[in-house]
Amino acid sequence: MADKYNAETIITETQKRICNAFDVFDHESNKTVDVREIGTIIRSLGCFPSEAELHDVIAELEDEEPTGFVRYEKFLPTMTKILLERKFRPIPEDLLLQAFEVLDQQKKGHLEPVELTKYLTQEGEPFTQEEIDEMLSAAVDPDKNVILYKDFVSMMTLYDG
Amino acid sequence: MTKVISMKAAVIIQRWYRQYAARMEMRRRYTWNIFQSMEYADLQDQIKLYNFLGYLMDNFTPSSSERNLISHIFRENEVCRDAEWERYFNYTKIDVPDIYSGPRLTFPLDMVQAADLVEAFRNKQQLHSRYVLQLLLETWKLLRGLPNINRVSTCHSKEITVCGDLHGQLEDLLLIFYKNGMPSMEKPYVFNGDYVDRGKDSIEILLILFAFLLVYPGDVYLNRGNHEDHIINLRYGFTKEVLGKYKLHGKRILKLLQKIFSWLPLVTVIDHRVLIVHGGISDTTELALIARVDRHKYVSAMKPPKKKTPSRSSLHAASEHYNEMITCKNRTGSVTFPKPFAARDSFQRRSLQDFSRTVARTVEEELEVRRRQAQFSMSSFSQSHHILGSAPSCESESDSSEVFDTSDDDWKQILDLLWSDPMSQDGCVPNEVRGGGCYWGPDVTEDFLNRHNLQLIIRSHECKQDGYEFCHNRKVLTLFSASNYYEIGSNRGAFVRLGPDLVPYFVQYQATSMIRGLSFPQIVKRTEHTALKVLREQLFVHKSDLLSAFQELDKENTGLICLSDWASAIERVLHLDLPWRVLQPQLVSSTTDGMLDYHGWFRDLALKNHSSEHIEQSMLETLYKHRSTLETIFRIVDTDNSGLISFEDFRQTLKLLSAYLKMEISDEVINELVISTDTNNDGSIDIDEFMEAFRLVDKSRLERGKSPFKFKQEYQRLPQEEETSQTAASTGPQISQGPPSQTAGSLGTHTENCSSSQTEDLCDISVVVPPQ
Repeated sequence: MADKYNAETIITETQKRICNAFDVFDHESNKTVDVREIGTIIRSLGCFPSEAELHDVIAELEDEEPTGFVRYEKFLPTMTKILLERKFRPIPEDLLLQAFEVLDQQKKGHLEPVELTKYLTQEGEPFTQEEIDEMLSAAVDPDKNVILYKDFVSMMTLYDG
Repeated sequence: MTKVISMKAAVIIQRWYRQYAARMEMRRRYTWNIFQSMEYADLQDQIKLYNFLGYLMDNFTPSSSERNLISHIFRENEVCRDAEWERYFNYTKIDVPDIYSGPRLTFPLDMVQAADLVEAFRNKQQLHSRYVLQLLLETWKLLRGLPNINRVSTCHSKEITVCGDLHGQLEDLLLIFYKNGMPSMEKPYVFNGDYVDRGKDSIEILLILFAFLLVYPGDVYLNRGNHEDHIINLRYGFTKEVLGKYKLHGKRILKLLQKIFSWLPLVTVIDHRVLIVHGGISDTTELALIARVDRHKYVSAMKPPKKKTPSRSSLHAASEHYNEMITCKNRTGSVTFPKPFAARDSFQRRSLQDFSRTVARTVEEELEVRRRQAQFSMSSFSQSHHILGSAPSCESESDSSEVFDTSDDDWKQILDLLWSDPMSQDGCVPNEVRGGGCYWGPDVTEDFLNRHNLQLIIRSHECKQDGYEFCHNRKVLTLFSASNYYEIGSNRGAFVRLGPDLVPYFVQYQATSMIRGLSFPQIVKRTEHTALKVLREQLFVHKSDLLSAFQELDKENTGLICLSDWASAIERVLHLDLPWRVLQPQLVSSTTDGMLDYHGWFRDLALKNHSSEHIEQSMLETLYKHRSTLETIFRIVDTDNSGLISFEDFRQTLKLLSAYLKMEISDEVINELVISTDTNNDGSIDIDEFMEAFRLVDKSRLERGKSPFKFKQEYQRLPQEEETSQTAASTGPQISQGPPSQTAGSLGTHTENCSSSQTEDLCDISVVVPPQ
């Protein structure tokens, strides 16, 4: 049996993955997606770009006159390159846990929603109101009303799909 | 901690969270795609049914036993001789026992009674059949006076509320009333069809809407949807619901509803500017024509009226006419079947008249017909007309004299209104997915709006993830009011308010009694879990074809294929437009060196499906694929709606279906199928029990009135479920009763999440019967 893992096969497989992911957001089945969904597609393929890096990619993808849509013909080569070059590598999970621990100055083992909100909406690449609301709904323990970040990290890092 | 460090920490958390959110969004999205493609597959099932019935019409050469079955299928044994109409719908003889604690209606209804009715249904009470019949009769009388086109105005600064499909989901209607207020003179409503089927409280929704219609006839407007159709109801659960809730008078109620559905107006126009219609339009839609049709003659999409025959002599014509009257009198329905589509017209115009010529009548029947024909002279239409017309409720018979005036055009106009869907390309093509109506493009919208001086079309008919969606340059709005339609968490519902400026104001919602206490990711996971179960079922059902496809790719018979081949094979076999490579991690649990042991994979699928081992695999698969056709035929054959069919009819049905499918089915296999059901010894088979034992139907869903073709749910411990989850799940039947708590956080800017009444019961829990 021929060696299934030559470069060509890898590229083809990668491109089929990209195609599938793209199709999920191609609502009109005309091989275009809304530019606002590009970030979701790229991330769902396993990449961890920062917001700034994402903006750069989108700028590259949009035509000279941005229509608000990205065509598959343009997306495919760009995304293939990203995946094959392994750009936007994942952040190691223990680093994520450390990040929470660092914010938990009193070493309580949990964070108050208010304090986490402050950090995430004011520093780094700030969350929008919608993002912080969604995150809190997933992260806040409903009984104790705090964020048990260890559990939250486990939830986020679990690759159940 | 320095600012730099906290910033770095924030960046890491943000970056990771955004990646996580993207993954969830992808899963939410493809889950949605799965449901949509399953619905597509379900619609294909409907087409299969039509094709099967068409095949029966065309192809069978009846031996005596088969002929009986087939004429059995096509005849509705309804009592409907003229003098019996009044007796048939007479509710006054129905006693209401003292013990009955539900609402006791007095007519004319008033607002207080309507509100009480809503409250009673919220408390899970059932309206007594006497009042049901009375309410339906009053409704029918009112509807008969309404025009085909409702005309509404937003004068006096009234805002008009428009709602889309409700599909028997009472909770959503209650939510709408809670958020928006109940209908009144200050609060007019337009309801855009599809009140029934699939959900479990279809009759309650109808009764509420009709009650408000009676109380506020100038402020409540009802459009007809494609599910306001008794043959569709046979398949999608409404018929079953009514018969289950009203064991004694259910058939009467259904009969009356049949008439009521045909009398529902077709469209509503607001301020001469906004058109509200259930399905949509086509390039031939013309409101002036719509205004003139006799809408009540179009009882069902499956029953086009008889064709006009202008060339015949009056004598012949008269006898034709008389045949028609006889047919109506004996209530032999005409079940008609669309041609498998090659041609432009999807619904072929066949009537039972065509069919009955092929089926030889018994000698006695022949004599009877000729005797009747001899009795009446050709010129005494009016006489016979009079006889038929004398029964006060017998409208359709007296209208049969107008059967000559019905045209194909009228028929098409109505089908288009109730069944069409918008598409993004220009043009207008027949809607082959649904089998009726068409797909219409933005150019058709533009042209239509210009011709009629309108600015917006509001339609429903299609489920939208956010409850509503614009298309065609915001000139077409799809509005869907049944939240969680495919599954808990699958979609929001929405309604819209229009003031005199006709700028739409949307309110979205999601009935949350089931997702109380669940966070958004948990909801996504649950919904995805169900979708994947359904998908695995589909894979299992296609095992033989898939196996062949895999073996083709595994030429050296190693039992292994690579994942890429796995995906390609599935794509080819299943014809479902789904992102298989994205779904792969969920469907394939383990591989060695990137190669999949496909026999092992099928074993895993089988385990998850608890399939019956005894019956031959491909037989099971094929019948499973066609289970909805099978069940619908059973129910049609079960003409007295007893839930039982005779062993002989059962056998014949299976044999006919298998001949059509070119599939071998031996008597031994049929016997096995029967044995696995708990049959009474009198040679009859309980349809529900059969379908259950055949592992096709979730019985508790049936009891709750849901459609047979729906997604099975099992409450198993969901993978990676958090321990802190309030709805702790475990295998087996489970009661889920979280304390009333805050609902999940905002799912978007417009969402107003509100929970309905806390009296919610034990919802979608299924009891899985282990294999016998």
